[in-house]
Amino acid sequence: MEQLLQIFLFIVTIAVAYALGSIVESEHYVSIEKREKDCLSLPVVTSYKIEEKDNILEARLVYGSVVISVDYFKRFLAVLRNFTGGRLTAYESLLDRGRREAILRMKKKAQELKADIVLNMRFETFPIGGLSSAQPGASNCFEILAYGTAVRLKS
Amino acid sequence: MELTSVDLWLNKRIELTSVDCVPGKKIVAHFGIVQGSTVRARHMGSDIAAGLKNMIGGELKGYTKLLEDSRKEAMERMCRQAEMLGANAVINVRFATASITQGAAEIMAYGTAVRTE
Repeated sequence: MEQLLQIFLFIVTIAVAYALGSIVESEHYVSIEKREKDCLSLPVVTSYKIEEKDNILEARLVYGSVVISVDYFKRFLAVLRNFTGGRLTAYESLLDRGRREAILRMKKKAQELKADIVLNMRFETFPIGGLSSAQPGASNCFEILAYGTAVRLKS
Repeated sequence: MELTSVDLWLNKRIELTSVDCVPGKKIVAHFGIVQGSTVRARHMGSDIAAGLKNMIGGELKGYTKLLEDSRKEAMERMCRQAEMLGANAVINVRFATASITQGAAEIMAYGTAVRTE
């Protein structure tokens, strides 16, 4: 009886995590897409060079970061996926929206500085132990950092 | 994520860039590497909140803020070192993180201190 109850609880947890997790994810994607459209006018590039050398007013480091974690249901799926190998779609979308969010936050700071372009943008991804840091490598939680040099041109 | 006073204060005293020059300015002296780091542990309260949030996924705001604050502290230490050397800019700034023990992380910022005209 007790085991049945445990299995039941497990299924309920997974179902709730699945429902809430997919709502959170789709809402996040909607907001990301909206904000990306809003700041399309600010180019972000990974190159060093800038053409208008004499026309620069100021340059500043800008960065944006986000800590993002995968939901319980997807973690369960990932464990199953490990048997067969292949793409871990759950983690792909996690890292994708993390990166886009980090860029957006960096862009927001650049816009506050009235920058015209962000040069040499770089990403860093740090796995954070999360709650299962007992097993290293089994990270459910990532910090994603995007940073670059915001350049403001003389108008 | 507003620009805080720390951001502005950091930016005013020492110019930081992630490229190998200060765009629009000429470098007159190099002082070599400067670095700043800090080791932070997670807060119990935010850990519990994060544990709950971990269930449904998404952003863990408590951790984002914690790491943000730590990074600012690391940058501030780096800037202080650069000031001591007589620099007024740090170019090629890079960030690194290492987990030390369970629940603690080192956040580090490093770059090359230079003086511009």
